[in-house]
Amino acid sequence: MNRDAILSELSEIFADVMDLDEVELRDATTAEDIEEWDSLSNIRLVVSIERKYKIKFANAEIEALRCVGDLVDTIIRKTS
Amino acid sequence: MAEFSMEALSWLRRAPADFRREMRALGADEGRVAGGELADLANHALDLNQLLQFDRALNRITGRIDPGALSPMRLAVLADATTDFTVPAIRVSALRHGVLAEMFAPAYGAAVREAMNPASDLARFKADVALVARDHRGLGLNAPTMDPDAAEAAITAAIAETAGMIDGLERAGVRTVILQTAPIPAEPWSGHFDMRAPGSVPAQISAFNTRLRALADARAAVLLDADALSAAVGRGRWFDPLEWNRAKLPFSLDLTPLYADHVARVLGAIRGKARKCLVLDLDNTCWGGVIGDDGLEGVRVGQGSPEGEAFLAIQAQALALKARGVVLAVCSKNEEDAARLPFREHPDMLLREDDIAVFVANWTDKATNIRGIAKALNIGVDALVFLDDNPAERARVRQMLPEVAVPELPEDPAWYPAALAHAGYFETVGLSADDAKRAEQYRANAARVQEMEKIGDYDAYLASLDMVCDLRPFDEVGRTRIAQLINKSNQFNLTTRRYTEADVAEMQADPKIFDLQIRLTDRFGDNGMISVVIFRIGAEDWICDTWLMSCRVLGRRVEEAALAEVAAAARAAGAQRLIGDYIPSAKNKMVEGHFAALGFTECGATPGGGTRWALDLASFEAATPPMKIIGAERRTQIKT
Repeated sequence: MNRDAILSELSEIFADVMDLDEVELRDATTAEDIEEWDSLSNIRLVVSIERKYKIKFANAEIEALRCVGDLVDTIIRKTS
Repeated sequence: MAEFSMEALSWLRRAPADFRREMRALGADEGRVAGGELADLANHALDLNQLLQFDRALNRITGRIDPGALSPMRLAVLADATTDFTVPAIRVSALRHGVLAEMFAPAYGAAVREAMNPASDLARFKADVALVARDHRGLGLNAPTMDPDAAEAAITAAIAETAGMIDGLERAGVRTVILQTAPIPAEPWSGHFDMRAPGSVPAQISAFNTRLRALADARAAVLLDADALSAAVGRGRWFDPLEWNRAKLPFSLDLTPLYADHVARVLGAIRGKARKCLVLDLDNTCWGGVIGDDGLEGVRVGQGSPEGEAFLAIQAQALALKARGVVLAVCSKNEEDAARLPFREHPDMLLREDDIAVFVANWTDKATNIRGIAKALNIGVDALVFLDDNPAERARVRQMLPEVAVPELPEDPAWYPAALAHAGYFETVGLSADDAKRAEQYRANAARVQEMEKIGDYDAYLASLDMVCDLRPFDEVGRTRIAQLINKSNQFNLTTRRYTEADVAEMQADPKIFDLQIRLTDRFGDNGMISVVIFRIGAEDWICDTWLMSCRVLGRRVEEAALAEVAAAARAAGAQRLIGDYIPSAKNKMVEGHFAALGFTECGATPGGGTRWALDLASFEAATPPMKIIGAERRTQIKT
């Protein structure tokens, strides 16, 4: 899986979860940058990503995520 | 759709690909939005993200919605766990079942306190309906014990607390309480012995659920059997320990759409929105093959082949629904004689001609025929479910008649019964003896229509029916059916006021209320209870609160018999006038002239665009409709 493809897929998932028209995700994007990204929408985000990539996150993995780049790394690790 | 899945709401159409954009565009032109459009949008299998997108769109257009046929409701959700996802999901799913809900949920962990506190935000919200969704962890039934007395004490406390919530909700003016059973976790404690050990968690929760059902009976509450739903999905799938730890989610987030649809179908049933009639296609829906091509010997139905047994199961399911009052109809593209042939002559058919209230087989398009079926049965098209194996026919009927429920079907007919059952079209909040007779009554009605065609002269026809009309005050025996009629009757309903069984019980005891439940039999059969009349007693004026009748007995002059009864009682009590209001709704134009036809004179308007009518008792002369009048203790309704 390449990072850019995952980033663009994640952008679509983010738009769906946060109910936004357009989302431009970068590795450095954090919850600070997206107003709708709060603890509640984060729960749906995790479930939506799990469904899309057919993976399951442990709670510890979720707590360790600091930015979108970490998320992409975790997805690559879990799908390879 | 190859496979059937409850979780994926397989019976619903898949959501359009650009659903999010559709939601963002909803009501963007600042105009009014029709309830029918919202119901149609909600009538897709929406995932949680889509449900929330829809909920936000509803927030944006609130105040600009014309409910139309949607029934407005104020719903409070009192749960032991996180409700941030279930509340919007229920609100959107409710549209699918004909309810336009305004929602309220207290902060996390405050449900019990809010229900019991008369000065709470909940009391200020003025809910019509409250869902009490307890969870074993909130009930204190989440720890096993070797001490049976300790288990008993925990269960008793959990029930007492829930009963206390019902008391508080009643004080806050909530008319209908929905009690949710507690799902039982999958993890064993002592293994297969668990249900025999009173202190195990499964045994504790199971005992709680049993008592909760008894509590629902005692308090005229509605039941939402979440435990049964969790078992149907699989208890191991229902609970998600990660999500519980993450956010105190009571069940897996992926199941929110299914759970919300189940809450919504119960809300619909409370508001009389459940469907009344199942319309069946024939070829490849009730039997395998095409009768017109394959002939009687060629169609597959019956024991001996997997395909034949699948169609047998569909027929058995239709008959099981008929047994509880769902009317059956047939709508098939066929020559009529060919379509009727298997019903008459195929030895393995379970369905017979006399099970079908309306049988339509021709080459007209199905939407037109389905409209005709609704008309013949005197019910709205929104009371119909249409079962057809052909996706093109389904799409066309949906397009022409969006109010008709048309389930998506899996490829293999073996799954048809599951798809139809899990869709929840025929949800009910009570079954009465009258339900058992209903399908037969509709069929008898069709026979009456044919009889009338034979006689021609209408008065002679009425006289030939040997009608017996039974008018009596409300009683315990009739209560469930009275409440059912009050919540289901739309067309012949002067005020469309909805009351619960608890309300009906109160009226029965209220000396300031004159009430009648009316039944009608004739030589074709028993129509059961077909009319309810409620007047509020004043010194001078008796004011009509509710007057409704089943359309099955339209034109039989039952309303004249009812009026004679009310007028006699009002006169005896010394009243001067009867007052009646006609409050127009989307469906009751039929009775616009009801009071005029009975000799009332118009005397002004009611708030809400209706008209008020008065009848002077001094000069009123009661008609004598051609029927025998009976009923116990009718003349004097002395309530104590």
